[in-house]
Amino acid sequence: MTVYLIRRLMQSALVVLAMTVILFLGVYAIGDPVEILISPEADQMERERAIAALGLDRPLWEQYVAFLGNALRGDLGRSFVFNEPALKLILQKMPATLELALAATVFAIVLGLPLGLIAGLKPEALYSRVIMAGSILGFSLPTFWVGLMLIMVFAVQLGWLPSTGRGPTAEFLGVQWSFLTADGLRYLIMPALNLSLFKISLVIRLTRAGVRETVLMDYVKFARAKGLSQNRVIFVHVLKNILIPVVTVTALEFGSTIAFSVVTESVFAWPGMGKLIIDSIYVLDRPVIVAYLMIIVFMFIVLNFTVDVLYSVLDPRVRLQDQKA
Amino acid sequence: MMTAGLRSLLLAAACSCAMAGAAAAQNLTIAVGAPVTSIDPHYHNLSPNNAMAAHIFDGLADTDSRARLVPGLAESWRTIDDTTWEFRLRRGVTFHNGSDFTAEDVAFTISRAPNVPNSPSGFGIFTRPIAEVQVVDPHTVRIRTRAVYPLLAVDLSNVMILDKETHENATTEDFNSGKVAVGTGPYRFVRFAPGDRIELERNDTYWGGRQPWQRVNYRIIVNEAARTAALLAGDVDLIDQVPTADIARLKQDQRLNVSEVVGLRIIYLALDHSRTDGSPFVSGPNGEALDRNPLKDVRVRRALSIAIDRNAIVSRVMEGAAIPAGQFLPEGTYSHVPGLNPPAFDPDGARRLLAEAGYPNGLRLAIHGPNDRYVNDARIIQAIGSFWTRIGVRTQVEAMPWTTFIARAGRQEFSAFLVGWGSSTGEASSPLRSLVATFNREKGFGASNRGRYSNPELDRLLEQALATVDDEKREKLLQDATRVAMEDVAIIPIHIQKNVWAMKRGLRHDARADELTRAMDVRPGG
Repeated sequence: MTVYLIRRLMQSALVVLAMTVILFLGVYAIGDPVEILISPEADQMERERAIAALGLDRPLWEQYVAFLGNALRGDLGRSFVFNEPALKLILQKMPATLELALAATVFAIVLGLPLGLIAGLKPEALYSRVIMAGSILGFSLPTFWVGLMLIMVFAVQLGWLPSTGRGPTAEFLGVQWSFLTADGLRYLIMPALNLSLFKISLVIRLTRAGVRETVLMDYVKFARAKGLSQNRVIFVHVLKNILIPVVTVTALEFGSTIAFSVVTESVFAWPGMGKLIIDSIYVLDRPVIVAYLMIIVFMFIVLNFTVDVLYSVLDPRVRLQDQKA
Repeated sequence: MMTAGLRSLLLAAACSCAMAGAAAAQNLTIAVGAPVTSIDPHYHNLSPNNAMAAHIFDGLADTDSRARLVPGLAESWRTIDDTTWEFRLRRGVTFHNGSDFTAEDVAFTISRAPNVPNSPSGFGIFTRPIAEVQVVDPHTVRIRTRAVYPLLAVDLSNVMILDKETHENATTEDFNSGKVAVGTGPYRFVRFAPGDRIELERNDTYWGGRQPWQRVNYRIIVNEAARTAALLAGDVDLIDQVPTADIARLKQDQRLNVSEVVGLRIIYLALDHSRTDGSPFVSGPNGEALDRNPLKDVRVRRALSIAIDRNAIVSRVMEGAAIPAGQFLPEGTYSHVPGLNPPAFDPDGARRLLAEAGYPNGLRLAIHGPNDRYVNDARIIQAIGSFWTRIGVRTQVEAMPWTTFIARAGRQEFSAFLVGWGSSTGEASSPLRSLVATFNREKGFGASNRGRYSNPELDRLLEQALATVDDEKREKLLQDATRVAMEDVAIIPIHIQKNVWAMKRGLRHDARADELTRAMDVRPGG
């Protein structure tokens, strides 16, 4: 087990290092930040000054080595646009995105599990077919379009919810959260729902497939034969056993929810990391782009790692061991 | 009983509505499309930042909605000799923290503006002509320029005045956090959330009179559809950069007003003048390589220009949110050339000119442009491509993201490409100097002349204009230089954009030619 963990950690470190190279080359290949950032009125001398000020006059390998050295000390560079540390900017925006992603995950579980369970237990019923048709829509409709439709219906036509932005926040553990205020919650509902549509559909389909598979198992039949109540059979024997894939996927999806909240955040002007990265790409703010992607890479590695460990806890058949293939 | 309860409930609801209305009348929420990136007024010379800075700070001079110079913190100015300017400063002005505004602050500002660390686009371009700043008395400053420089006051209107006592050693982060975000302007800084909003409150002791809004919430909503939806939902009071497709609908909406003005941004085509032996994206009618660059021939350039139906582009693609252009600036601005009209649409004449130039069977050409920078940019080059194909110049259209496009354009990789130019100073020396003057690092000419056009006659007229203090004589020289550029088709002007805002009915907005969105231009009533 320990050997396995150490090996996994070393692999992860290599992945991070490889990503820095790919990122640096990739970001370097797209355009010239000075052309984007500089005032059109600037003359040649001012351009040269700006290039030097941003450290872009040095050769690529030198920039990379400097970046790597600073990164090891926890400094991912200063934003060209905001003139503040890139890491600080991203961490400032992180609570907003985390809150959105968490709310979306809650939606996915609260709505997805029961709906999937219903659809799995009575697969032929009309309401089950409606649920499954709905989940296809949830998969296939583009997020930005659904987002705009939600705004048009609930903000513009009905006027029930605010159209965009993040409402008032309250402080908790030194961070600003909007779910702690009633008005802040109203701002949270639409973007969270929009972000969770895909996940809800995913959870519905996973749950349904799991339920249909499990109800045919011998131990379920046996439980029924024993005379256990329907509720006990479903919530103890069936649900418990279908939770493993659902937990795995939800955890992995949490990473992509954060990474791909970009679209929802742009449509709802939600001031999170996703919006920051889009704005940064638009003006080629290289330090922020690199820092953001590094954080995402790091997050995926940690999540995968955690899921692997959680597996062994949830399912005693899975053992983490050094596989010698 | 029940009716009475219901009535009181309704009454309470009505009261709370009225109260909300009264409170709302004091507050203004604006949604802008372009992010403000810093509160430090000398960090990043960028229109959205300058628009925000105008709320909190003041310059020595200011510009009105038609881009004409008006007094700011300087009540008046005059030239003592060709290179010495004297500014008389407003008395009794204080910064938001109570510190007095004096001549020392002007000297300090001019020394700080070009020297902000890490600035990606500095204000040094405005202060570079200055040789020396001399404090005569607390309310008089003399500025000596290195050479004759008639645009000094115009340039200084871009430089916001800071306080020597407060801002010595202040960093950009100190401004963004609000620690030193104090100026002399009509609004005080409350909070800056990057990428989200800036909150302001009224400066009750503003030297220019009190503003009508107690609080201003300046929000950033980059997504066009979301911005329009926020206005329709009543969450914001005013939006800028209204998408052209929405203008007609918003104008008809009873709840809304639309304000618009012809701007100072020209959309034009730059052509490859740098190569004589063939251009990368121009070839013969059957795709064969050419041994000379047809774009060096003024007849070909003129043919390409008159082949474009500018009226059709303005009415169909821009849906009326532009005017056809035949020169850099619209009518009514300083150094606009009267009578220099947009080239008339003449496809037959264009074919004749091509034949005269030795291309009776036409040409093949690729036109490039951005697809995320200017209003409807990709659709404009598509339209131009079909106009050119009609005169026998088979055109391939390639639109790409601005970040990729502008780097390639800067390396002279294209033959014909669409760009825009906003003359923020509202006079022709800005486009002449940057777009069509011969590329020259020492003089600072042609910095955005990506086609590398060069014409000694034009350079001579421009240099003469820039050394002429007399406004009338200078205007004449700038007009002559513009005429030379247009007759030689140095660039192909397409149209000048209109700037469009939409707001709730009950607000009046003075639309600005320079595209800046400011709370100071919004008043209740109307």
